[in-house]
Amino acid sequence: MSAVTQDTAVSTGRVARAFIYLLLILFALFYLLPLYVMGVNSLKPLQEITGGNMMALPATWTLEPWRAAWSSAQIGVQPTGLKPYFINSILMVVPAVAISTVLGALNGYILTKWRFRGDTIVYGLMLFSCFIPFQIVLIPMAVVLGKLGLAGTVPGLILVHVVYGLGFTTLYFRNYYAAFPTELVRAAMMDGAGFFRIFWRILLPVSGPIAVVSIIWQFTNIWNDFLFGVSFGGTSQPMTAALNNLVQSSTGVKEYNVHFAAAILAALPTLVVYVVAGRYFVRGLMAGSVKG
Amino acid sequence: MGFLDIRNVTKSYGSVQVLHDVDISVAEGEFLVLVGPSGCGKSTLLNMIAGLESVTSGEIAIRGRVVNGVHPSKRNIAMVFQSYALYPNMTVAQNITFGLEMHGTPRAERERALADVAKLLQIDHLLDRKPAQLSGGQRQRVAMGRALVRDPDVFLFDEPLSNLDAKLRVDMRTEIKKLHQKLGTTIVYVTHDQIEAMTLSTRIAVMYRGHVQQLGTPREIYDTPANVFVATFMGSPAMNILPARVALRDGVPHARITDAEGAERLLRFSQPNLAGWDGRDILLGIRPEAITDPEGADRKSGNIQGLANRVSVTEPAGSDTFVTMVLSGRDVIARMRADASVGPGQDFDFAVNMDKAVAFDPQSEERIAP
Repeated sequence: MSAVTQDTAVSTGRVARAFIYLLLILFALFYLLPLYVMGVNSLKPLQEITGGNMMALPATWTLEPWRAAWSSAQIGVQPTGLKPYFINSILMVVPAVAISTVLGALNGYILTKWRFRGDTIVYGLMLFSCFIPFQIVLIPMAVVLGKLGLAGTVPGLILVHVVYGLGFTTLYFRNYYAAFPTELVRAAMMDGAGFFRIFWRILLPVSGPIAVVSIIWQFTNIWNDFLFGVSFGGTSQPMTAALNNLVQSSTGVKEYNVHFAAAILAALPTLVVYVVAGRYFVRGLMAGSVKG
Repeated sequence: MGFLDIRNVTKSYGSVQVLHDVDISVAEGEFLVLVGPSGCGKSTLLNMIAGLESVTSGEIAIRGRVVNGVHPSKRNIAMVFQSYALYPNMTVAQNITFGLEMHGTPRAERERALADVAKLLQIDHLLDRKPAQLSGGQRQRVAMGRALVRDPDVFLFDEPLSNLDAKLRVDMRTEIKKLHQKLGTTIVYVTHDQIEAMTLSTRIAVMYRGHVQQLGTPREIYDTPANVFVATFMGSPAMNILPARVALRDGVPHARITDAEGAERLLRFSQPNLAGWDGRDILLGIRPEAITDPEGADRKSGNIQGLANRVSVTEPAGSDTFVTMVLSGRDVIARMRADASVGPGQDFDFAVNMDKAVAFDPQSEERIAP
């Protein structure tokens, strides 16, 4: 849980430093270029895009593409905009992230502090789940969801994402808690705290950094998932499936400005999560990686 | 029956037995120290008393109640851990009262107990701090406060001083001793430091390879060690152990050894029971402080033997000067007064206090005299 420090191993001269900064700025600009293109084009009328310069700033500024993307664009057969799908995504992401993070934390707690015979095998198998490609589980998952009566629903998608995310969240929390002194757990045990009390009062309060890692990881993965969404979403498809339907539609005029706005809308939540919690992300990753 | 009874307790991990038939009875108010090198099973035994490890066979009873299988929190014991194990997210006050809170003690009572303990340990001014803001010694006090506040039957200490620097360790050692004298509580204390064991305990159990080698008062352990292991483990510098042969002169047993030149020397034993060992090899044990300069020899001893020998190394340590010489082919350390005038290469007249000599069987390494 050490703070990231700014110590550099080698001190550099002024010229070299200027050069490094120049290079970094150039790279930053290069990386920001797509965002710039998306931004400016989502703010101009369609004829400005089709008429020529993609790189130019809008001649007439308009928020109309954003409004259209949000509430009136043609998604499949309905002119609903992305709004209902955005809500679907939120309804799916929030519980899926919460449940998989809490269960991952509990798993990590048990695998490090309440060890049992064969716990390393269990952990190994859970780790294994991180390496299974999505495509392999599609058919078995469809069968399970069908049997459970959850096919094509938001709870079904939540289940899929929780199951799939558990390997990762368990990995994070197990490695984090492995560095957590077991004597503390023993002390709490002698003080009379039970299984959940120790978890709640002793471990959770210091789990901030790794919880952030888990949340960011799960949030971006689940929000950006397309395959599960489109396969099991049914009538409650997430944002990614809707964006695909909008952008890939092969009939009518391609409204690039609306597409750009829609794409930004789809990427926005993950962007916000990174901006808000990004620095804890790095800190948490470092803390989790020291021991394990 | 004692206050804390450990009856024929063993511990195995699979086929590996780490504790063999430990049998210790601790009276109320006793300060028992379990001492031994790492891996001797002392911490395992402590954890078994605490209930953190299961007992493979045998019984542990506190106040006559067998506690095998009883949850740690229901044994009415408290433990101070090596790392202090203070909850990092709680203040000192919360740390100390957490146990009471878990046991459902009412708030008013908790606060009163906290105030008492804080006063006793002089940590009143630290109550609102987090453990990270405390020094090592302060953390140590808080950890003790957390144990004291519960008013348990038995206190367990797991190497509580090993994380402190040398000076603080000595101070805290005295603190713990004072606390024990003041409160008269029953304490089981684990350490690998033989000085802590000697200074703190009313009784010591020296452990090695899962066996209790010797159980006795510090004086017994120091003066009449049960075997060569105990003799060399307890005391610093360690007891000198050198091969010797018993020789009778006018019916009185003597130890026949050789000096630095290889010449034969005789030291008269004070222990007549060695007569039966005439002509046989033994291991002679002499503590460094029993070999001195003649002026520094113990005046109360009835058997001071002179021994001239060549000095190989001198090490002034401030309060004493340690002198190394060769006897029977082994390096032997003698403890002189600080200002004893002795230098390396010099022939010096040593005085050996044979009242304090111990003899061991060279095969079994068990003590045969006194």
